[in-house]
Amino acid sequence: MNDMRIVERTVDTKEIKISARNCQVYYGDTHAIKDVDVDIEDKTVTAFIGPSGCGKSTFLRCLNRMNDTIDICRVEGEILLDGEDIYDTQVDPVQLRAKVGMVFQKPNPFPKSIYDNIAYGPRIHGLAKNKADLDEIVEKSLRRGAIWNEVKDRLHSPGTGLSGGQQQRLCIARAVATEPEVLLMDEPCSALDPIATAQVEELIDELRSNYSVVIVTHSMQQAARVSQKTAFFHLGNLVEFGETGHIFTNPSDPRTESYITGRIG
Amino acid sequence: MTDATANPSSTSPHSGSLLEQDPLTKKRNASEARFKAYGLIAVCLGILALVVLVVSILNNGLGSFQQTFIRLDVELTEAKLDKNGNRLLADIKKVSTFGYAPLIKTAMEKKLDDLGIEIEGLSEKDAAALISKDGPAQMRNRVIADPDLIGQTVSFDFLANGRVDGYLKGRVSMESAELDSNISPQQLMLADALREEGSLIKRFNWGFITAPDASENRPEASGLGVAILGSLYMMIVVLLLALPIGVASSIYLEEFAPTNRLTDLIEVNISNLAAVPSIVFGILGLAIFINFAGLPQSAPIVGGLVLTLMTLPTIIIATRASLKAVPPSIRDAALGVGASKMQSVFHHVLPLAAPGILTGTIIGLAQALGETAPLLLIGMVAFVREYPDAPPEGFFDPASALPVQVYNWTQRADPAFVERASGAIIVLLIFLVIMNAIAITLRRRFERRW
Amino acid sequence: MSDQNADQHIVASYDRDLEAIQAMIMKMGGLVEAAVLEAANSLEHRDEELAERVRLNDKAIDALEEQVNEECARLLAMRQPIAKDLRTVLTVMKISANLERVGDYAKNMAKRTSVLVQMSPIEGTAGAIRRMAKTVEGMMKDALDAYIQRDAELAQDVRLRDHEVDQMYNALFREFLTFMMEDPRNITACMHLHFIAKNIERMGDHVTSIAEQVIYLATGEMPEDNRPKGDSTPYAANESM
Repeated sequence: MNDMRIVERTVDTKEIKISARNCQVYYGDTHAIKDVDVDIEDKTVTAFIGPSGCGKSTFLRCLNRMNDTIDICRVEGEILLDGEDIYDTQVDPVQLRAKVGMVFQKPNPFPKSIYDNIAYGPRIHGLAKNKADLDEIVEKSLRRGAIWNEVKDRLHSPGTGLSGGQQQRLCIARAVATEPEVLLMDEPCSALDPIATAQVEELIDELRSNYSVVIVTHSMQQAARVSQKTAFFHLGNLVEFGETGHIFTNPSDPRTESYITGRIG
Repeated sequence: MTDATANPSSTSPHSGSLLEQDPLTKKRNASEARFKAYGLIAVCLGILALVVLVVSILNNGLGSFQQTFIRLDVELTEAKLDKNGNRLLADIKKVSTFGYAPLIKTAMEKKLDDLGIEIEGLSEKDAAALISKDGPAQMRNRVIADPDLIGQTVSFDFLANGRVDGYLKGRVSMESAELDSNISPQQLMLADALREEGSLIKRFNWGFITAPDASENRPEASGLGVAILGSLYMMIVVLLLALPIGVASSIYLEEFAPTNRLTDLIEVNISNLAAVPSIVFGILGLAIFINFAGLPQSAPIVGGLVLTLMTLPTIIIATRASLKAVPPSIRDAALGVGASKMQSVFHHVLPLAAPGILTGTIIGLAQALGETAPLLLIGMVAFVREYPDAPPEGFFDPASALPVQVYNWTQRADPAFVERASGAIIVLLIFLVIMNAIAITLRRRFERRW
Repeated sequence: MSDQNADQHIVASYDRDLEAIQAMIMKMGGLVEAAVLEAANSLEHRDEELAERVRLNDKAIDALEEQVNEECARLLAMRQPIAKDLRTVLTVMKISANLERVGDYAKNMAKRTSVLVQMSPIEGTAGAIRRMAKTVEGMMKDALDAYIQRDAELAQDVRLRDHEVDQMYNALFREFLTFMMEDPRNITACMHLHFIAKNIERMGDHVTSIAEQVIYLATGEMPEDNRPKGDSTPYAANESM
């Protein structure tokens, strides 16, 4: 049966990029994430789905320590990136975030020019030796963000003047510009129209060849379309984690089934 | 629901025609109309109060920008001004203003003779008294500046006596002059005669803006020069101290400080400080900066320090508000591409908050500019005739301040000072309007960037 | 599945749509069952009128199948069902196709009956064919019951029962061979009867397919094991020659 699958959908066993073991997250007294064990593979799109407040975004933000900015947030357990504990006291979150890029729910370009938006990351990380280098990085990133053709003639006009979908692709290009190894996306299409969504999804699929992509989404269809692996979160628990095709045709857990088919309970 | 669908006409609460208003709608509309009327009345009252204020100030104060001058040709006799005839500055300086006074008297006599004016009961001394008591000083300054004038006959525009000035501005009349020991109707008649002849003129008075304060007896000579300089120096001190301290502490509190008891306490106290009466800051300044730190009294540096303390809460509150208004998504974006906290604040958050910070700062400065009470306590109310030096030494020289000058002048007996005080208020208001205009322009400019 | 209340969609009209297509399947199943039984009866009783009615009724089955396909397409387009709901729609489509084929076989039986009525009967075979039809009809009933109950066990039972039908077909096959060898005049009738028997055997296969769909619907997996195949006629030639 397996050999009949469409080649693109095949999930080979790949290197584990991020693995969480017995991960707990607390917000003050609230136990937001309970006992999450998950292995995120390299060069794979992993989707996190689940109802609002189930902890999927929280867990995503744990992966690059964005929740450090929240004082009351506390993480226990292990999250390993290439075998190194990212919550080790010696790890500088800034360095980690250069490795694990993030794209947010709302397109949030800096109120600067398109060029500066992309160039900012490489500049602060010293990735470019001179102006020519930087120009090259900007062009490459914009191309990879599938937005180069639309903006190449107006690189110095403000990034905030683009349409929503273009802004989001700009943000993805910006995240890509710092050469991360993992790309986290927190509901990247929730503010976009279907066309822009499709463009971003196509982009995610292309990015898969270079990065490990983790995407949080509320749209089950989107998770089904873009991901190879899907994790279903419910009330802070990781209920089910497996191959996307399997989750969407024949989930093992009744909670997953109820959620993805839109049932009560 | 099922009943309603079964028989909609009898149970629907909205069955009436849309063309007529039901009683409830009428009532609601009426109360809305009433509320609008109250609002309009309140706004009108506010505008009326403002108009009355501005009109009365302009009415009282505009006159101070005009001043009466008397033109006299004075012979600067060498015998009186430079007995040795060697034009040595040291010698010339030995002659005090008393030495110059007779020259004016002589010149006045000559003028009256030339014109053939004779007024009964007007002594020569009275005639010379038309000229301000500041006249001899005016002459002496000119001679010291240019000793070569000695021996020549020079045409001077002397300030007219405050009463004569008041006469031309309608403040003094023949009737009031009879009761006034400082002026007589005869002198006013002479003034009339001189005006007809053209040597008594009213023109714009730069001296009001540039000259230092003058004593009780010569309101016509007093000006705002020292006060404006003092205020300017204080604003410089406030800007240099309050802006960096205020912005730095707001950034720390807003972006870096952990939320705990201590920061809560600090926050509450900053809000409270903004509400502390300004005179309390004056007492603080007196105790700390003058008595403890030993800084000179009446100096702009002390005034600036006190006003800095007073302005800080305003700036901090405004800055924090504008930092809070920066969408958190921008911080996330910066952190997400691997910027450090400080980079995210300085590269992205601060530029976006800048218009708000600038506006807050300028409004704080404007507030400080108009503040009187704390300055009274640190001795800036003193009578200062000397211009302070250029900064930075000037910060330690005694100076006055605009609002204090207003306060000072309103304390004086001569009614001419009332006019001067109103004039000073106009100057102060112009400065405030300019500062607010700058605030608005800056805000527009920065906001329009994206 | 465990709790009836928890089985409702948040969007109630979604439930109504799903119920509607399943109701159509049940209706179709009823028509097909009747067609199979009536076709067998018409053969046994040499009732040309009944056979004619079976042929006419097939139109209704075809129309229903088309309607089911349309509804399923609409539901797929508008609701984008996934997991259990997707399986429901998919199985509805497949089952309706299977039922339609069974209906076609019944129609074919009726056609051949009309021809057979003109010939002399062959003793004992009509009854055997009716019994075979009855067995298939019973399987179909159970398969559809299993569908409604989402009962994988019953469906598995149905699958296994196809063996019986195959064996009945084998027996008939040999019987027809014997008749034809005895008297060449029987060949025409026996050929027709053989096709009827083959049709019923094919019906059994379609019912088995329905049962497999039920298992897929209930468990999410197609049965992987090979069911016992009772049809040995492909090898029968060697044996009888």
